Amino acid sequence: MPERDRIAEPWGARTPYAQGAPWPARVDMYLEDGLAEDDVERWAPSATILHSNGDGLDIAVKDDRIVGVRGRASDRVNRGRLDPKDLFGWQAGHHADRLTRPLIRRGGRLVETDWDTAMDAVAGRTAELLRERGPSSIGFYTSGQLFLEEYYTLALIGHGGIGTNHMDGNTRLCTATAAAALKESFACDGQPGSYGDVDHADVIALYGHNMAETQTVLWSRILDRLAGPNPPGIVCVDPRRTPVAAAADVHLAPLPGTNVMLMNALLHHLLANDWIDRDYIEAHTVGFEELEKQVADCDPEVAALVCGVPAADLFEAARLIGGAERLLSTVLQGFYQSHQATAAAVQVNNIHLVRGRLGAPGSGILQMNGQPTAQNTRECGADGDLTAFRNWANDAHVEDLARVWNIDPMRIPHYSAPTHAMKMLRYAEEGSIRFLYVSGTNPAVSLPELGRIRDILAQERLFLVVQDLFLTETAQLADVVLPAATWGEKTGTFTNTDRTVHLSEKAVDPPGEARSDLDIFIDYARRLDLRDKDGEPLVKWSGPEEAFEAWKECTAGRPCDYTGLSYEKLRGGGVQWPCDEEHPEGTERLYADGRFWSAPEYCESYGRDMVTGAPLEPDEYKSMNPYGKAIIKAAEYLPPHEQPDDDFPFALTTGRTLYHFHTRTKTGRVPQLERAAPQVWVEMSAEDAKERGWGEGDLLRVSTPRGHVDARLRVGGIRPGVVFLPFHYGYWDTTGHAPEGGRGRAANELTVTEWDPASKQPLFKTAAARLERLAVGDGTPSAAPTTTGSWPVAEDVPPTRGGEAAMASEETIGPEGSA
Amino acid sequence: MKRVAMALKELHRAEHDLAGELLDLSDRHKADHELFHLGRDLARWSQRHVRGIAEIGRGRGVDLDPVPKEDAAILAAVRRKGAELLGRHHAPAVLMLRDLRRVHRMAAGVSLDWEILAQTAQALNDRELLGLARACHPQTLRQLRWANASLKENAAQAMVAE
Repeated sequence: MPERDRIAEPWGARTPYAQGAPWPARVDMYLEDGLAEDDVERWAPSATILHSNGDGLDIAVKDDRIVGVRGRASDRVNRGRLDPKDLFGWQAGHHADRLTRPLIRRGGRLVETDWDTAMDAVAGRTAELLRERGPSSIGFYTSGQLFLEEYYTLALIGHGGIGTNHMDGNTRLCTATAAAALKESFACDGQPGSYGDVDHADVIALYGHNMAETQTVLWSRILDRLAGPNPPGIVCVDPRRTPVAAAADVHLAPLPGTNVMLMNALLHHLLANDWIDRDYIEAHTVGFEELEKQVADCDPEVAALVCGVPAADLFEAARLIGGAERLLSTVLQGFYQSHQATAAAVQVNNIHLVRGRLGAPGSGILQMNGQPTAQNTRECGADGDLTAFRNWANDAHVEDLARVWNIDPMRIPHYSAPTHAMKMLRYAEEGSIRFLYVSGTNPAVSLPELGRIRDILAQERLFLVVQDLFLTETAQLADVVLPAATWGEKTGTFTNTDRTVHLSEKAVDPPGEARSDLDIFIDYARRLDLRDKDGEPLVKWSGPEEAFEAWKECTAGRPCDYTGLSYEKLRGGGVQWPCDEEHPEGTERLYADGRFWSAPEYCESYGRDMVTGAPLEPDEYKSMNPYGKAIIKAAEYLPPHEQPDDDFPFALTTGRTLYHFHTRTKTGRVPQLERAAPQVWVEMSAEDAKERGWGEGDLLRVSTPRGHVDARLRVGGIRPGVVFLPFHYGYWDTTGHAPEGGRGRAANELTVTEWDPASKQPLFKTAAARLERLAVGDGTPSAAPTTTGSWPVAEDVPPTRGGEAAMASEETIGPEGSA
Repeated sequence: MKRVAMALKELHRAEHDLAGELLDLSDRHKADHELFHLGRDLARWSQRHVRGIAEIGRGRGVDLDPVPKEDAAILAAVRRKGAELLGRHHAPAVLMLRDLRRVHRMAAGVSLDWEILAQTAQALNDRELLGLARACHPQTLRQLRWANASLKENAAQAMVAE
């Protein structure tokens, strides 16, 4: 079987195909050293969890150990392909650092304990606070990496049982704007497009989305179209010269913080040239006049100056987008983690609405997610939404949810939107939240302005519970640490960015005494003795399949309808919701008929003012007359609050690399991945470096008013005036939970505490920074990968290679052999 | 036309005060990042309105200061520092409600003033004046709704939590 170094070649071999043709299958597999496919005793079906793509795979098991993974050729998402993170990432589960027993703080130190002691402490403190201070002293901060059944159980416990409004996920950092933008434009969450749109598109526009690194398999699909006959045109908006930018016909590299200006200029040009579909606008939208008025004033020549892009490129991008018959747009963190996040992402929706390019094959919007199960956090209401896309501002929806949960509607807090993560941290800071239960995430590395975050989490008066696989930076600050099972050690479902639901089956037992998040949550509910209005246990299930059946009932008639699904059905492969009696095989594209879920009685959200963040009142929403129509929302450009000046002359942007996920808790413990990107680096353009006489590998200090990060310089393809830091690197493998002597390594030491008022997504892409050189390099280049967006300008930097350890098999089956 | 001049003067004063109040609120609640930033952003709208009113006034012989009075820098800095020091305490949350209530009340007054001016402009067929009201009044309404929404968002935690 052919093999390939998948660290050196993350996207694997090309399997070119033509527009409208099926994507050929290519099965990627990596097994423990010395094992062949025939040695595997059983295969447990699952999907990938180190990004949001949701690629179908099978987990290889031998002697009750996970020994590898193999992509599933029949899966609609990946046709057998796997991301390097998934090929190698499973090894983290075997790592000796895994937590195997609960820990509790005694005399200032975390010591091992038994489950009863740990859970009694957690439930005991909850009950005590409920008596003394009420539910508003309790908060839950969860993840985009658990399973659907777990989020649903947590949402029921928090909102329905304890009655707190304080529940969010770290999805706030990755996907809150995707949800907010969909709610603004379509009055409801739910991804309009499908990955299948890549097969049909004639133009693909990627906005702030380095897909080549964040969703490598979807990018492979685009690369295969580009290698085939009639390839699509590619438009890329990104301040770095990423692999997407390198493949693009037009690359716009705007200054951070100017996305809305750029989008308004594109829309101005589309309207001025009448590259729009007036019939579609008339029949299927409201609000077009507002947009016309807003963008009329946006002179593209002026906008080009503000954004720092050549006007000719802007016109060329508009021409490509305006001429597309089948237009696919994707959006991610470059837009979501900037200021005016929702306003910018909504303008992408607007392009599709004014051009009438939505719902047909190839004409889709993918407002992407960052994490594997972020979609479920949103659906289940574990992240600042109400369960199953119900509208917290609609009393009938709250009553309906109370009916499903068999509780008094008054028990479900709905006086305002569920509290977002940054607000919860604020409540913990001022001391009104006294109990924070963190599951599957690491805020001590991933939230902005880490000095502040550490101070908040370390407070004596805050009881911090952390449920995780490893002793993360956050766990080191906890009062109780609960060891959790991970993927492959528990059963559950999860849903990817294009609404594909996969079943992930338990392959092996978790290590030591570790338990699934679901088991832990149910145990917590039992110890709190949470009951429904008939005195029965509030959480009526004890395992994942029962939880899934309960969830189905909760989604009946809602946009994310799961009623046509079952574990049995999902064993046949991934299915896209809504899946009900009417659509028993699922639904590939939403809004194909130009009908939207926007009726006031039905919609999930009445929307918000995108500048002030104020939610619209029901009558304001109704007055737009949106029944069944999409809502075109215009936005004025505002400059970011923190801009480069004489003291802090660089725009600082942060991001990720292909080889790591989140805060490296898993990928940093996988030899192939860790070696590919072992240390933090800082990227700067050749022009800026030359001006200062700095070179590749020099040790720099990056500072903002909030902190310092020391990193080696990568002279790379970023636009002048902007510097980039990867955010993955924390302290668990260096100094513990915090930097020592001010020598920070985590990019979030520097980021600003601010968020988009509409989506409440924090800003990670716009800050102002100062750089100084601490030491001249000895000729050794920085540790940044050469294969990705961090590629070096210098030609003598040794290329990133995985070598023998990173060889994975790769078998191309071709269209005739594919399922 | 003496009454139009009076209305302009009154509105000029009210927008000026609203801008100042929004800036004060921003400074007093610096530890609440959303209030801090939005207070400033929304004050800018009122400052723009002040300039617009002064400009129109000038053509009509009403002498109004186009430059919104910025708060004494020292006083604002003291307020911000105080807010930071109190950032670890819950008690100021109730003061936040009081401040938002005041912004709401002032914005409601400004909104009514714009209403009066717009009606007058219509009756006088005064396109210039109507244009100003149409440009500014929607932003006043957004300030008003923001104050209302922020109050709603913060009220429960401020009142119920200890």
